[in-house]
Amino acid sequence: MENVIEVRGLVNRFGKSVVQNGLDIDLRRGEVLGVVGASGTGKSVLLRSIVGLQKPNAGSVTVLGVDVLTADLRETRARWGVMFQDGALFSALTVRENVEAPMRVQTALPAALRRSLADLKLAMVGLPPKAGDLYPSDLSGGMRKRAGLARALALDPEILLLDEPTAGLDPIGATEFDEMIGALRQALNLSVFLVTHDIDTLHATCDRIAVLAGGKVLVTGTMAAMLKVEDPWVHAYFHGPRAHAALAV
Amino acid sequence: MTATVAPTKPAARLEGDFVLRRLVDLQGTLPSAEMDLSGLTSLDTAGAWLILTEARRSGGAVTGANPAQVLLLDAVKAALPPDAKPTRRRRHVLLLERIERLGRATWRAVQGLERIIGFFGEVVGRIALTVIHPSRLRLTSLVFHMQETGLNAVPIVAMMSFLIGIVIAYQGADQLRQFGAEVFVVDLIAISVMRELGILLTAIIVAGRSASAFTAAIGSMKMRQEVDALNTLGLDPFEVLVIPRVLALLVMLPVLAVIADLAGLLGGGLMASFTLGISPGQFETRLLDTDVSHFLVGMAKAPFFAVIIAVIGCFQGLQVESNTESLGRLTSRAVVQAIFMVIVADAVFSIFFATAGV
Repeated sequence: MENVIEVRGLVNRFGKSVVQNGLDIDLRRGEVLGVVGASGTGKSVLLRSIVGLQKPNAGSVTVLGVDVLTADLRETRARWGVMFQDGALFSALTVRENVEAPMRVQTALPAALRRSLADLKLAMVGLPPKAGDLYPSDLSGGMRKRAGLARALALDPEILLLDEPTAGLDPIGATEFDEMIGALRQALNLSVFLVTHDIDTLHATCDRIAVLAGGKVLVTGTMAAMLKVEDPWVHAYFHGPRAHAALAV
Repeated sequence: MTATVAPTKPAARLEGDFVLRRLVDLQGTLPSAEMDLSGLTSLDTAGAWLILTEARRSGGAVTGANPAQVLLLDAVKAALPPDAKPTRRRRHVLLLERIERLGRATWRAVQGLERIIGFFGEVVGRIALTVIHPSRLRLTSLVFHMQETGLNAVPIVAMMSFLIGIVIAYQGADQLRQFGAEVFVVDLIAISVMRELGILLTAIIVAGRSASAFTAAIGSMKMRQEVDALNTLGLDPFEVLVIPRVLALLVMLPVLAVIADLAGLLGGGLMASFTLGISPGQFETRLLDTDVSHFLVGMAKAPFFAVIIAVIGCFQGLQVESNTESLGRLTSRAVVQAIFMVIVADAVFSIFFATAGV
């Protein structure tokens, strides 16, 4: 199967602390890959490296056949969508203008068309029509995440990168978010790179799971495979009390 | 790959890429009939939106989509607004609405003034309380802010005042020489620096430095809910954040004003001795002849300016909401308001002292 993201031998150092030390990871077309790991194992750094926000000390990152570290990313940026924790919406713009922002940068659509498409995207992520006129500070945490997702989807990307999409949501909101990601991924034919701590999300949405530890990918596989891994951290993660509750469903 | 519409009725076969990048070209080319999607090479939400809005307008059916496209079309269809027309913003604002807006803005300004006066009253009350119960004073915080707002401002305040002294001496000397009254340049420097410029310019610099710092510091604490945390711990944000800052400035602004006076006189004195040949001894004699009231008038204003600056800085900081934009807006508002109010107060003092004959 074709890899849409290929990371090889990634090394990221901050001063003396080595966050990634020769990390390899792939995202295949059409799959949802869940990335987990203890705090400080560099999940967010990995995501930042993939989208070119973090210049790694060594290694290569290829997204959709483009070398992220050297190539001009202007074209590629329209083909991936990134949703940061808590949405990272521009606070000076309304929600609709936030969704329009990528279209303004990447396309020459007339304003009325941009507006209609932004409203469509907002409806697709389950926001009420009125939400478009509000400012991010007027939204609840769950709505901000949905708006962030709508902005990430504004240009119909092939790859969606999500950083902790369900963190800070109540269980019902988190479940709805998981279901929405599942549905959108089907409808929009997305490949999803999902950084999360939420074992329910892993269970509900991910085809494969990659566990980060010691600056590398410790193990990759399906949920069923994860349950059989002997490593103490992985075992504790997937067999802890929270995991049992999540997997019992 | 181009997108074309083959005119076969009744079902028109759509061909090519129906994607965001081609949306502008595709708009208006769709047939008002049944649309057959079997010829599409690619389809995204923008293309699906275009096809579905057109189909809804014409009432034509959409056929021939592959399973993946059906999923996409269903998802987009579910998200279409109940009314297919794009909502349009109203362009013309009625005169009445403008008047209403003006009224609202005025009312908001009045309310803001009311709140800031209320805040000022609370500050005065708390300071009185602190005087009665000195143990409630946060000494560490007070000293920290004295250093931040006072000690660290000394170089810039002294430098500025020194330069102002030079400028006044130089400009004044030019004019006074025409009358052969060079020696009066000492009075000119002494009165203008001590009575007005020393304290006024110091207050303006401190307003720029400290009012903004107060707003930014308190505002970011408010934004990260640190102020709420203080409240829940039973700590009074007023006592912890506002009072130390107000008191620190109340103590330090007069000290800065004295330093500014000294630096201004030094600058003026040096310039007088270089360009007019007024010796330091002459300067001193002439200076001591100047009425001490000028110095006292200048110093009397310092505590008032200090309270104005600190109260505005802290007040605006506490107005910050949860969005980052309000922090920037209120910080700049704090500086502008503080400087403006200092100058207004200075004008009021001028009238007062002139009437009182000081």
